[in-house]
Amino acid sequence: MNNTVKKLIPQLITLFAIILVFGFFTYNAQINMDNRGIEFGYGFLKQESSFDVQFSLIEYDGSHSYARAYLVGLLNTLLVSFIGIILSTIIGVIVGIARLSPNYLIKNTAAFYVEFFRNIPLLLQIFFWYFAALRALPLPQDAEAWFGSTYMTIKGYYVPLFVWNNLDVFLYSILAAIISIVIIRSYAKKIQENEGKQLPVLYISLGLLILLPLLSFVIGGVNLEIKTPVLKQLSATGFIFEPALSLPPELIALVLALSLYTATFIAECVRAGIQGVSKGQKEAAASIGLTPRQVLKLVIMPQALRIIIPPTTNQYLNLTKNSSLAAAIAYPDLVLVFAGTALMQTGRAIEIVSITMLTYLSISLSISVLMNWYNKKIAIKEK
Amino acid sequence: MFKYLKQLTSLVAVVAVMFAFTTETMAAKKSKTLKNTQKKGFVRCGVSQGLPGFSNADASGNWTGVDVDVCRAVAAAVLGDANKVKFTPLSAKERFTALTSGEIDILSRNTTWTLSRDADIGLTFVGVNFYDGQGFMVRKSSGITSVNQFKNGISACTNIGTTTELNMRDFFNSRGISYEPVAFEKADEVVAAYDNGRCDTYTTDKSGLAAQRTKMKNPDEHIVLPETISKEPLGPVVRQGDSVWEDIVRWSLNTMIEAEEYGITSANADSMKTSENPAIKRLVGAEGELGAAFGLDNEWNLRIIKQVGNYGESYKRNIADTGILPDRGPNQLWTKGGILYVPPAR
Repeated sequence: MNNTVKKLIPQLITLFAIILVFGFFTYNAQINMDNRGIEFGYGFLKQESSFDVQFSLIEYDGSHSYARAYLVGLLNTLLVSFIGIILSTIIGVIVGIARLSPNYLIKNTAAFYVEFFRNIPLLLQIFFWYFAALRALPLPQDAEAWFGSTYMTIKGYYVPLFVWNNLDVFLYSILAAIISIVIIRSYAKKIQENEGKQLPVLYISLGLLILLPLLSFVIGGVNLEIKTPVLKQLSATGFIFEPALSLPPELIALVLALSLYTATFIAECVRAGIQGVSKGQKEAAASIGLTPRQVLKLVIMPQALRIIIPPTTNQYLNLTKNSSLAAAIAYPDLVLVFAGTALMQTGRAIEIVSITMLTYLSISLSISVLMNWYNKKIAIKEK
Repeated sequence: MFKYLKQLTSLVAVVAVMFAFTTETMAAKKSKTLKNTQKKGFVRCGVSQGLPGFSNADASGNWTGVDVDVCRAVAAAVLGDANKVKFTPLSAKERFTALTSGEIDILSRNTTWTLSRDADIGLTFVGVNFYDGQGFMVRKSSGITSVNQFKNGISACTNIGTTTELNMRDFFNSRGISYEPVAFEKADEVVAAYDNGRCDTYTTDKSGLAAQRTKMKNPDEHIVLPETISKEPLGPVVRQGDSVWEDIVRWSLNTMIEAEEYGITSANADSMKTSENPAIKRLVGAEGELGAAFGLDNEWNLRIIKQVGNYGESYKRNIADTGILPDRGPNQLWTKGGILYVPPAR
């Protein structure tokens, strides 16, 4: 009894202190806002935003609400983070493995890349890619076609516009393909465990993934129309491409800078992971007759991943948070659209900053949860 | 003796109460911001991050511009020295928060006076020191000479957090033109992006366009289109809730404008003390008790004129002589065909 109380008292005091500190901040903010005639409330989210955004994944213009503008910013942040995470992982893994290559040139090129890019502040790199791109890229009228009918210009990367009929049927067919692949994989695993037979899962999966969507075209009424970009004149020297989907140069520069920067850290995580697996493991695996590919897939990688995942999670989180530097080069992410324009137009600093903080926290925690789940899944299962 | 003690005590009490009341009203009159400013010894002034003619720092950190001069005038009035100003460069996004949170006491940063800003977010606009309007800049080579030639798909570079973004939408929407807004946080990036060809047009207040044009690689390649798409009365802003400080800033600006009206300049201000015209004598502190209302001495306005100059001098020094906008346009006195008209100082 005495012991329990002794343990409980410091905890209660700490809790009380925390409540006191938060209470003080809230009270202070309230008093100051009252004194200055500022009202507090989230009602402004329903008001018409009356500003437009350059690039949006959902339908949006100034007649929509601030809440919708928030969603636009959030989706743009998620888009950059998502592409950035994928690209930085690919580059990171390649460079990380390259750093261990016996080839002198490959090894040192990779090492140079890592040391160069991780030691320059990210904001500078973003500016560099953006303004370097703006200087180097041609005006739309001078652009030459890449891959047939895409155009890289100073106003963006114009790609053909895909106009779908019955897009939903197509998406369902892909979903159906994925579900059947999952079922077949678990079935194949059972067969292997029970009978020792290996099914050609890879080929079946690929076949399904191609065949089902193809069927949707033939019998599902799915129809794809591709509109290629054509140069359109706006003024004597002003041109754009229409109709086309344009990836703004701000997005490209941001993704490039974020991926190249974060990839250096991921490359180091990968190198550490592979070097962390003892040499004996590889030799033992080879001695029981596994092919080099099997050695990597079944012995080295599962152990290396356990070392790689936790620090890589940090890098994913960093990348997501760093994407807020987008505001510097006009990419309409959450910070620029919501904590920028919307904040200025409404003047609701506390409300908007609190929402933005909470949003970044939620994104980061979600990534953490996902990565921790994966980490647990590949951890050594002690029986 | 004891007979009168009761009366004596009540007398003392009454005197004490009266005294307490007078000190109370004196203290109330002397505003908190004024007291803090006098204690610190400098005026805390929020300005832009570099807009030639309005607020711009040279290589050695000296700020000049018509917005800067408003703060200098206040410093001359309340501290006696126009140089006792601490300038804080702010982005459009930071400016109001800096003011409402008390980081600065005057925001003089080419800020447009609008209803929602005045009424909604704890700010008070004290006047207009520049009448402006939003315009568009394009490349000469584009052949565009009027906004009527804008076509669907035009891309427009601008700043975030300004009325510009809203006006731009109103303008393009009312004409049914689809456009691509490219909004940056800082003006320097807007200029760089437009100058490199990212956008077909650059839109902001016309004074801003004229000023930023001087920063382009080749200023002669760009023109500002004649149309004005909005009203942009720019002026100094203070926090809500300190009416004495608000009055000091308002009348410091008004003094500069009225001084021009009466022909009082930094050079002749002292000699104007013996003028025949009582309105002039009031403006140089030789008649009336104008400073007392703010808790200032009587030569506060004389110091403004002597140290900063009148509005015309400030305009000429900062905007006309630098070639930004030699023509004063609406920013001319009402007596000379402009719309500068301030209430009389009396």
